[in-house]
Amino acid sequence: MKVRVLTVVTAVLCLALAGCGGGSDGAGASGNRTLNVFAAASLTDVFTTFEKQFETENPGVDVKLNFGSSSDLAQQIVNGAPADVFAAASDATMKSVTDAGLAAGTPTVFATNVLQIATAPGNPKGIASFADLARPDLKVVVCAPQVPCGAASDKVEKATGVTLTPVSEEPDVKSTLGKVSTGNADAGLVYPTDVLAAGNRVQGVSFPEADRAPTNYPIAVVKGAPQAEPAQRFQDLVTGEFGRKTLQAAGFGTP
Amino acid sequence: MTTTLDQESRSRRRSAPDRRHDTGVGLPWLLWIPAALAFALIVFPVLGLLIKADWARMPELLLSDAALDALRLSLLTAAISTALCIVLGGPLAVVLARGRLRGLRMLRSVVLLPLVLPPVVGGLALLFLLGRTGLVGRGLDLAFGITVPFTTAAVVLAQTFVAMPFLVVSLEGALRTAGRRYEAVAATLGASPALAFRRITVPLVLPGLASGAVLAFARCLGEFGATIAFAGSLQGTTRTLPLLVYLERETDVDAAVALSLLLVVVAVVVIAVGRPRTVEGLR
Repeated sequence: MKVRVLTVVTAVLCLALAGCGGGSDGAGASGNRTLNVFAAASLTDVFTTFEKQFETENPGVDVKLNFGSSSDLAQQIVNGAPADVFAAASDATMKSVTDAGLAAGTPTVFATNVLQIATAPGNPKGIASFADLARPDLKVVVCAPQVPCGAASDKVEKATGVTLTPVSEEPDVKSTLGKVSTGNADAGLVYPTDVLAAGNRVQGVSFPEADRAPTNYPIAVVKGAPQAEPAQRFQDLVTGEFGRKTLQAAGFGTP
Repeated sequence: MTTTLDQESRSRRRSAPDRRHDTGVGLPWLLWIPAALAFALIVFPVLGLLIKADWARMPELLLSDAALDALRLSLLTAAISTALCIVLGGPLAVVLARGRLRGLRMLRSVVLLPLVLPPVVGGLALLFLLGRTGLVGRGLDLAFGITVPFTTAAVVLAQTFVAMPFLVVSLEGALRTAGRRYEAVAATLGASPALAFRRITVPLVLPGLASGAVLAFARCLGEFGATIAFAGSLQGTTRTLPLLVYLERETDVDAAVALSLLLVVVAVVVIAVGRPRTVEGLR
């Protein structure tokens, strides 16, 4: 009896697992083609603009955006997620995809970002330079060195010889900005794009040493992409004139 | 004292007719299928972690300063938070189970809120209350120069917030199952409510309290969202194991897997040592 129960259980398990194996392809119910674009979270606003523009220019193609931490997205792609285009927030994360042999061609850098200090509106603590961030009366938040904005902060610290003692090393740039915009930290090292996107909740203070640690945003078509041809057109839109203007308006640098 | 009462409560359970399962009545075999699927859903992903683990690097990954600091902080904060859950949530459970105020039912659903809220939202709520510009936080800052976010205390508050319902619900359930018969008898023998509570109610629901505490401790260990939103993340101060796992996976998946396994081991030990006895007792 027991053996038979076990056999049935095993059989059902096998069936269930096998049943999940069949995937869906890019074709939607309406016959539209779906283009899956994986993009770093910091690109949310600009890529939403790109989606609209692309869908206007290419009727019949439905762009699906998947935003997240670049390294999460890279992991997903390496593990077989159905991405057509990948736009990362650092060369290192893109490298994990190219190393896995999953990029078609060489990735193109389409945007750059440099750090900026975010303070409360009106800059009540009078923060004027990177060295000011070492003042003991300030609560400073940075990104953790494991993420691109934190790696850049580290680089600036090393280049300037200014050592920060942050109250927190946040896991992503939005989280860092949040601690400043809620008034819990006096200053945070983020990107100008985030400061712009936050509107009047924070104020940006640029500093020249930021140029020592630029962050690159590379884009690539994923090898074996189900929609390789529209994927290439999407990449061309991002790296082309429309892309440059949109990125600059959002505060990015462009190559 | 505790053991005798425990035995009493067990024999009382046995005498209840609906609690007897060991009468040779078998399980409907169809139950085995969803049961096996449920078990597989829990176990297979953990097996996946084991398979993915880089065992050669394991000692180095687990003995790093960052990992040891995170483990120490996780155990410390989870222990303090669980103690807070017991001290504050215990009485709350008693009030909810035995209180005769109108509106207690409403109160109970409010107590369950942290179970339903995404932890990040809980963390933000704490931030808006106790943050430097928050309702209470502003006063604390101005009057005493105390800021709560970015401190270990903030980690404890976040964990207590999310874990409290686990303790309250377990204990309230135990209180309701135990009933009030013994207390009533004690009262007829002249015991004051305080004495009856201390000598009868507390020992009776001790197993329920223990299982609630184990659940709360386990929930504290795994806490992530509320902590990152309210307390931030700094090695040795606020970066607990889950926060370190989240961070390490950005650059070193092997380290993240190793630390996750460490969390799994700690959780299994906690559950094995403080095995929910109320659940066992029903067998």
